[in-house]
Amino acid sequence: MGWARIIGAMGILLATAGVPAFAQDDATERELERYRQMLKDDPWSNPAMLDADRGEALWKEKRGPKNVSLEGCDLGKGKGKVEGAFAELPRYFTDANRVMDMETRILWCMETLQGLDRAEILKRPYSKANQQGTEMEALATFVASKSRGLKYAPRLEHAKEKEALALGEALFFRRQGPMDFSCSTCHADAGRRIRLQGLPFLSKPEEARKVVGEWPAYRLSQGTVMTMQHRIADCYWQMRLPLIDYASDVTVALTSYLADRARGGEITAPTIKR
Amino acid sequence: MQRHLIILTALALACAGAALAQQKKDGADPILVNKAIEQSWTTAAPDWRARLDQDETQKVCSQYRNSPPRQIAEAIVAREQAAIVYPADGKLMGDWKNGEKLAESGYGGRFTDYPARQPNGGNCYACHQLAKAQVSYGTLGPSLLEYGKIRKYAEADIKAVYERIYNPHAAIACANMPRLGASKFLTIDQIRDLVAYVMSPDSPVNK
Repeated sequence: MGWARIIGAMGILLATAGVPAFAQDDATERELERYRQMLKDDPWSNPAMLDADRGEALWKEKRGPKNVSLEGCDLGKGKGKVEGAFAELPRYFTDANRVMDMETRILWCMETLQGLDRAEILKRPYSKANQQGTEMEALATFVASKSRGLKYAPRLEHAKEKEALALGEALFFRRQGPMDFSCSTCHADAGRRIRLQGLPFLSKPEEARKVVGEWPAYRLSQGTVMTMQHRIADCYWQMRLPLIDYASDVTVALTSYLADRARGGEITAPTIKR
Repeated sequence: MQRHLIILTALALACAGAALAQQKKDGADPILVNKAIEQSWTTAAPDWRARLDQDETQKVCSQYRNSPPRQIAEAIVAREQAAIVYPADGKLMGDWKNGEKLAESGYGGRFTDYPARQPNGGNCYACHQLAKAQVSYGTLGPSLLEYGKIRKYAEADIKAVYERIYNPHAAIACANMPRLGASKFLTIDQIRDLVAYVMSPDSPVNK
């Protein structure tokens, strides 16, 4: 039932494309609000739920040279347990001897359990505008959706987990590149904007709790789902730095920092963003 | 005597501890930070990887989270001031109309911006309010609405604006704004056009 309404709302969003920026922003905000209300009435009207659905099918499908499903994948709460796993990530995994966020762990399972080629997967970790979400995106959206309604409680016991958090914090404030930008240039103060786009104050727990749990999210402007790894990579692109590796130590550490800031905040993923 | 010595030693230790506490804002080992960076951009070409290296100003501003102690702040200001290059002909104001285009344009420097399809922009509106008519402006920096008019278009302020765009650390150590001239992101001519956009009586910024 949600689809007719969604297509209607999208039509209005597209129709606002030629209007002056301020009016457009207003109209877009109003449409987003209408969307959010729709989602409350019917969570399945979020197109990202299609990705979650596809992700679940992929999770259960026997694939790769080893012809096994991902149901043997341990996301931290035991083999095959997906419910609530995302809420406790990133965490240290003994088998990999590394702190991993959700996406890094899924990738690791695809590689080690299913024998899939990491390089092949990483050729296209992110979908482009108006493309169907990639397998990684679908799987990540599925796993995150299984922590919906839970509160962020990333593990912070192992020395490596503490190390990742400290690293993420240092990276958040690290200035570099031709523009001297750090994450904190845009995300360490309240009520700031780039043009008309509001910027979350990510180093402040009260604000981080509201927004970090929104990812992965369906982006209306892109017509596709976007994960936290992609979100961070996009920030580095904007900071005029080279393309960062998917599932890198830097992106995982920043995810550790964000999840720690968001500790106690509700996971609402997948949400809809502009 | 011995008691005095103990007290003195305790005092010295406390002072050293306080100094260390001020020095280290975060708990990450710099070696680990560098190692993580080294391993996280493996596909970047060497000239792009070089963008991840910090110069002295970036390093200390990161270390002190943009609030360096006075002595260090003074050293940053002195160093960055000395690096400012002024136009050879001494003219600090160019064409405000081109300045407006530059203030609107956020083009340049991203890996998707190569090979260059147009000149780099100053992207001023991303962070500042300027002309009244442009309502799509950011708020990371202060409003510059009527900036020149308020200052009665004074020569000293024209020079200050040039310097601020060229290298904001020359006025405020660890300023958030990019060093658009010092990094050669913008040319001296482009900076002059931006100065005119902010400081010319004809510019819509001052209308």
